[in-house]
Amino acid sequence: MCLRAAAPSTETRGGFSLVECALRVSRRCRSVPTKPATDNLVEAENVNFAYDSRQILKGINLSIRRGQVVAIMGLSGCGKTTLLRLIGGALRPTRGEVRVGGKAVAKLNHEELFALRRRMGMLFQFGALFTDMSCYDNVAFQMREHTDLPEELIDDLVLMKLQAVGLRGAHHLMPSELSGGMARRVALARTTALDPMLIMYDEPFAGLDPVSMGVIGQLIRRLNDSLGATSIIVTHDVAEALQLVDYVYFMSDGVIIARGTPEELRVSDKPFAHQFVYGETDGPMPFHYPADDYARDLCAGDA
Amino acid sequence: MSAVIGFLEQLGSRATGSIHRLGFASRFLLLTLRNSGMCFRRFSLVVREIYFAGVLSLIIILVSGLFVGMVLGLQGYDTLVRYGSSSALGVLVALSLVRELGPVVAGLLFASRAGSAITAEIGLMKATEQLAAMEMMAVDPIARVIAPRFWAGVISMPLLAAMFSAMGVFGGYLVGVRLIGVDEGSFWSQMQAAVDFHEDILNGVIKSVVFGVAVTWIAVFEGYDAPPTAEGVSGATTRTVVTSSLAILALDFMLTAFMFRGD
Repeated sequence: MCLRAAAPSTETRGGFSLVECALRVSRRCRSVPTKPATDNLVEAENVNFAYDSRQILKGINLSIRRGQVVAIMGLSGCGKTTLLRLIGGALRPTRGEVRVGGKAVAKLNHEELFALRRRMGMLFQFGALFTDMSCYDNVAFQMREHTDLPEELIDDLVLMKLQAVGLRGAHHLMPSELSGGMARRVALARTTALDPMLIMYDEPFAGLDPVSMGVIGQLIRRLNDSLGATSIIVTHDVAEALQLVDYVYFMSDGVIIARGTPEELRVSDKPFAHQFVYGETDGPMPFHYPADDYARDLCAGDA
Repeated sequence: MSAVIGFLEQLGSRATGSIHRLGFASRFLLLTLRNSGMCFRRFSLVVREIYFAGVLSLIIILVSGLFVGMVLGLQGYDTLVRYGSSSALGVLVALSLVRELGPVVAGLLFASRAGSAITAEIGLMKATEQLAAMEMMAVDPIARVIAPRFWAGVISMPLLAAMFSAMGVFGGYLVGVRLIGVDEGSFWSQMQAAVDFHEDILNGVIKSVVFGVAVTWIAVFEGYDAPPTAEGVSGATTRTVVTSSLAILALDFMLTAFMFRGD
């Protein structure tokens, strides 16, 4: 988005025209050849993952098309965040393969992985803003680390990013001075600082009031479309997610149990999808963590 | 019998756990050294950390140095006067501070003031996913967060120890010369004649550099390795102070044995 906004201007700052500088950002951020082999940006093929003997993901298969906003939903602990971490290369699958832009993430070396991550953004559950930096410096962080743009241009880009999330006036505030919703918006501006091709959101609606939730939801959709990016949202907020996404995967106990567009899932007669979409307590997704027989446990206490 | 076996199993498990942790800490140090290039290319990152670890520790270092020097002046005079050597008070104060008390006490104070702060900061960055966020932005937290703090500690520690010793000598002067009335000329001249640059000052500086490496290594490692919970960070901070203090005392004994063998 910043590139589009900067393009018409021919103003010169610090020896660079804005157009020239924007193109430098663009080249740096998109240095890896991007001729797509398929229409899918992210593909998971029979992905398994376990922490020691605890199996978290069991044969996940999914594909996410370029330009889409996709939600991965499921109960807490079903493996959604683990899947996101596998896509980001923070974890390696015990079996199977995750591909981003046609590259198998687990097979990349440190430099290749970091090159790929420069084209990704991730919004963490509570923002994960750097607490020793102001909002402005948080958004400028990646630009300063990964580009050699002059400070004058970084200033323009940061203010544009903050303007996009409605917080240009709060650029001088420290993270401790922000509300939860504001912190999430600043984190969103930071996530999109280098115009990533893939943006991952880990529980972006957690702990937000309904107004902030709506604002964040709209921003996710708007930023995805204006950047031409692809977004993956891990959430269990059904109502909000179904309004903004193009496609949904439902997960339970490490497997994908349902998939489809929001419309398909709203009218789905699959018990899992129905229980999740309508928030029913009774259904195939168990309320209780697996345990021994209740009566036997109580009797054992008496003995 | 089973209790004994259980005890031995627990002992063995703790021993292997400690060795594993030491190995992990050593690899972490090597990784920090290997990723230190950015610190020196962007030295402002280190300067910023020197401010937090060094400059903000100045008050406690200077005040402690003054009081330690004043106590040395009082105690030293009391002992020396019995042998008619009160004029050697300057030598006693200076050698005690430069060889031993300066590096050791400054190291202990540095561990509790700056070491604990470094651990808590890194631990909280981990708990609030700031380190994970940095990694997802393709910025290596070892190079960007750990290495600058490590080098800031290594640079700050000898400077703080030198200031501690200087302030201690001044404290000894205030008590010995100004308060008790030891001859000012002999206080300074005997000190100047007896303190050797290589034997005393340089060895003291080497000690403080070694303590700086040990304390900062422990502090950054404990922070990085802290479980990402409130309890985990608090435990890591405590471990930093305890382990650093013990490391300083043990290293001091070893270094003293090598440096001042009396030959």
